[in-house]
Amino acid sequence: MLRLEGVTKEFKTGTFGGKRIAAVSDISFEIRPGEIVSLIGESGSGKTTIGKLVLRLADVTEGSITFGDQDVTRLDGHALRGYHASVQGVFQDPFSSYNPVFKADRVLDLIRRPYLPGLSADQWDERRRVSLESVGLDPATCLGKYPHQLSGGQLQRLLIARALMLDLKLLVADEIISMLDASTRIDVLNILGDLASRGLGVLFITHDLSLGHYISDRTVILRRGRVVELGATRTVFSDPRHAYTRMLLDSVPQLNAKWTTGRSLAESEPADEACGPLVEVSQGHFVASEAS
Amino acid sequence: MSLAVENLQVCYRTLHGDVNAVDGVTFEIADGEIAGLAGESGCGKTTLAKSLIRLDGRMRHITGRVALDGTELPIANDTAMNRFRFREVSLIPQYAQSALNPTRKIGRLTSELLRSRGVAYDEKLPELKRRLALVGLSADVLDRYPIELSGGMKQRVVMVLSTLLDPSLLIADELTSALDVSTQKAVAEMLVEFRDRGFVKSTIVITHDLAILNQIADTIIVMYAGKLVERGPAASIVHDPRHPYTRMLLGSLPEVGARFDEHRLKGIAGRPPSLLDPPAGCRFRDRCPLEFSKCAEQPPFVEFEPGRHAACWKVAA
Repeated sequence: MLRLEGVTKEFKTGTFGGKRIAAVSDISFEIRPGEIVSLIGESGSGKTTIGKLVLRLADVTEGSITFGDQDVTRLDGHALRGYHASVQGVFQDPFSSYNPVFKADRVLDLIRRPYLPGLSADQWDERRRVSLESVGLDPATCLGKYPHQLSGGQLQRLLIARALMLDLKLLVADEIISMLDASTRIDVLNILGDLASRGLGVLFITHDLSLGHYISDRTVILRRGRVVELGATRTVFSDPRHAYTRMLLDSVPQLNAKWTTGRSLAESEPADEACGPLVEVSQGHFVASEAS
Repeated sequence: MSLAVENLQVCYRTLHGDVNAVDGVTFEIADGEIAGLAGESGCGKTTLAKSLIRLDGRMRHITGRVALDGTELPIANDTAMNRFRFREVSLIPQYAQSALNPTRKIGRLTSELLRSRGVAYDEKLPELKRRLALVGLSADVLDRYPIELSGGMKQRVVMVLSTLLDPSLLIADELTSALDVSTQKAVAEMLVEFRDRGFVKSTIVITHDLAILNQIADTIIVMYAGKLVERGPAASIVHDPRHPYTRMLLGSLPEVGARFDEHRLKGIAGRPPSLLDPPAGCRFRDRCPLEFSKCAEQPPFVEFEPGRHAACWKVAA
């Protein structure tokens, strides 16, 4: 459904934009309908940049992004609006996505005129009810409230509900549960799983490996703007081939296992392995070759 | 007994009335113990830690006493506490970035800090260099400005600085939350190392991440809505939680190993009560599946097994 091929994004820095920094380089992967692909990386790995490129909030420098048979990088005007009717994003901080002065359900009304102008009031209400219920919100408790009267989980679900009111094919979820409390974040995650089983494609961007493992079908591990490992989530987590992936997995604190210590404090920064081109090690499992 | 907190109650003064953020908390921390204080946002864990070192303007101490190594801490008296801060009780704030003065080089900052406690910088310099080397930093960082260091380096500098005078109690507030997983592990292990080397006697680690506590803490204290709900050795809390809140919280954590399509995890419905006017009785009552008539009465925080405490009628029975 969505396919990225050789996507590179450079930002200009320095005086007069003389220097160029590649935020992501040569990224290729695809998302199929009903599939959750998690994009896992540490800060500065370029995971959010990829989300922005997919949503066309930023333009690619090189490479192509195709959605169905559309070239996303060339869309503008009416065609871009049509694209946004099927691809939407939800972001990290639910509290800053709302204007505290207005009631929270105003975010739903914002999409009515540009995207759903033909609906009658009854159709609109019905559509709103269905989509609120699909994210586990009771319309009576969340409509007509101000943002501060709702919890972070409710606000985040309201934003997902808004995306669902459109004829949504792909959701870009950028760290959507990082700001939520432990007891409520799993409910939001389960909603993504339910939506995916009904055919929605999800690009799940996270820094948390356990969340990615819990929810996604395929995993892309990023480091400094490059893909180091890509494959079915099960395979990547049970048989990590790249040293960086293994290091990440070893560092995740777990409840049923203790860290294996041994690495001395002085060498706590991971060594910088070179990231070569991707090599297919088994069916659908790609690993960046390590220069040794 | 390094730290003993008895029936501590601290509130925030707001326009709408007093918010009892810490409401009658009693616990002890032994010498050499790393105690993890866990809970969700708004449960009062940071307020509890702050009240052990400095109450800010909006906070008021209502009742209860805090004793460190047998000496009572004058926590309600801002000036009297000065004698204890940094020497006896020290803090590692959540964001190391904002803890370092951006206009001072690290060395100058340290010397000013030490002078304010009447300690000569030159005297401490060899020890300072030794400790920086221990956390993998060269002595060059003393000649650098904070902006020249990475997030992980700043966090380590702050750790070394806060423990330089070998405090009795170290409070680490969300130490690892802003860090990447690989740095997180290194920093967390450093806390254990500092304890093992005797730089600090006992440590309180505040976090919302129970998995981190399982790695480094000796005991875990779980808070909910301003009260303690459960306390015990880390392994027993994680593997055999008794309070329904602890159980449900642990049950909602995705682990590397759990998958949506195989084993669907469940969150806790509802949200914590407002502390402006907390309901009578058990505060977890509204969200608790085991709720029964007796829960309208506040359950006491009792020792139900040697070394294990909980506040729940179902556990105590």
